Amino acid sequence: MNYYAVRTIYLFEMARAWRTLFQSIVSPVLSTSLYFVVFGAAIGSRIAEIEGVSYGAFIVPGLIMLSLLTQSIANASFGIYFPKFTGTIYELLSAPVSYVEILLGYVGAAATKSIILGFLILATAGLFVPLQIAHVYWMLLFLVLTSVTFSLFGFILGIWADGFEKLQIVPLLIITPLTFLGGSFYSIDMLPPFWQTVTLFNPVLYLISGFRWSFYEIADVHLGVSLGVAVMFLCACLVAVWWIFKTGYRLKS
Amino acid sequence: MQPAISIKNLSKVYATGFEALKRINLDIDHGEIFALLGPNGAGKTTLISIICGIVTPTDGSVTVDGHDIISDYRAARAMIGLVPQELTTDSFETVWATVSFSRGLFGRPSNPDYIEKVLKSLSLWDKKDDKIMTLSGGMKRRVLIAKALSHEPQILFLDEPTAGVDVELRKAMWNVVRSLRDTGVTIILTTHYIEEAEEMADRVGVISHGEIILVEEKVELMRKLGKKQLALQLHEPLDRIPIALSAYHLELSEDGNELIYTYDTQSERTGITGLLSDLSQAGVKFKDLNTTQSSLEDIFVSLVRSAE
Repeated sequence: MNYYAVRTIYLFEMARAWRTLFQSIVSPVLSTSLYFVVFGAAIGSRIAEIEGVSYGAFIVPGLIMLSLLTQSIANASFGIYFPKFTGTIYELLSAPVSYVEILLGYVGAAATKSIILGFLILATAGLFVPLQIAHVYWMLLFLVLTSVTFSLFGFILGIWADGFEKLQIVPLLIITPLTFLGGSFYSIDMLPPFWQTVTLFNPVLYLISGFRWSFYEIADVHLGVSLGVAVMFLCACLVAVWWIFKTGYRLKS
Repeated sequence: MQPAISIKNLSKVYATGFEALKRINLDIDHGEIFALLGPNGAGKTTLISIICGIVTPTDGSVTVDGHDIISDYRAARAMIGLVPQELTTDSFETVWATVSFSRGLFGRPSNPDYIEKVLKSLSLWDKKDDKIMTLSGGMKRRVLIAKALSHEPQILFLDEPTAGVDVELRKAMWNVVRSLRDTGVTIILTTHYIEEAEEMADRVGVISHGEIILVEEKVELMRKLGKKQLALQLHEPLDRIPIALSAYHLELSEDGNELIYTYDTQSERTGITGLLSDLSQAGVKFKDLNTTQSSLEDIFVSLVRSAE
């Protein structure tokens, strides 16, 4: 194991976050705060409690998930796409590092950033609404699992993308809608039966549901199912990454 | 002792069907400077990229000091430093950060003293805290060399190291390369500038259309293929070459003022003595003479042409 290389990539990527502090930390925290002001305080006060939880507090897990998903993908995809774009990837490919080490460095750093961001948003939320976390360990498990899985997904996206446009499109046109429609702002009980069934095909629903359960013990689907879907998605990403490295897809000719 | 690099039957066919390398065989010894010469698209960069792990070979094998580049890639790659042809740098990083990054990536513990030494030897020390994007092209090239040297490689690949670099900097780089060789580093460089190979290399390989058409000691190559020309400036212009001198296959310049005799340096008898005495017998007088030796460039052009 080339520990020096893992450490080097990891610290390099973390340093990049510091350099782009505004983009990677400040702006997601700020935009989430705006959601709390609008939905939590202004509109939320006029919405009825959901299973005994105030609306402002109800949306906290969904909002954290929204940021986790989009930021994990943005961070990890940019981290590997940029060297491909500038050509500096030659060094990574010619270095005595294994694929596992490359992954640990890039995905580890992206996931770390997301986890830090998750905590920051949680703390920010605490300023606006009363928070309770019923199952801290489950909450942490979902936080870490989601950050890692979607950083992996971002890494795959970064390798697949051959232009900045594609890098933007996936989070913007796929992940954000899925998150909004996956019950970030509502419980699927509020939907007509047909749309409830449709929503069950949205994988993000399971993540939000499990995460929310760890806060308030209210869930749209069973906890085990949530966990199962999260782990399944992680495995799917791992298989994809394994295939990419095995074939050198869009990395080596 | 194992050769520094041993290439056996190496082929590369790209997905487009383009056959970049055709069964290349080549051994490179420890401590030599090997120049790979060839026109654009000959396969120089593909060859280097395969050895360094950036391109996957289609067939054949490469070992670096006995380590296979695929099954034992860690050991093989750890020995190699690569300076790519393109100026690909992390624009937003400082010189110090990017060179330290390379060292870590190649599995070496940090060693600020060594990095300092490398930066000083490349006259980059006063730029160490500058962002790379603020540097000139020549300076960026030095940064790439510093990155390649950061992990103390035993083999250094320089892909067109002095392309687009001014004469002064080019000479400075030659000095850097020579001092590296003095420390025992094996150096493989590709170049368009034949004078660079002529100046630097111990051995020269010529590659054309994916095939190595010649590998030779530089001195031997110059001797073998080197033609010399003797030019005689005549006292009085001639209309034509005297019949008595026809055996020498002389050329007469258009104005009739110069006679040119081409001879082979490797043959035992150059025929110069005979020519001179036959000239005086024929009554041709000359006021001056000079000889010129063909450069590596002339040799190269004639080789590539004959291969086509």
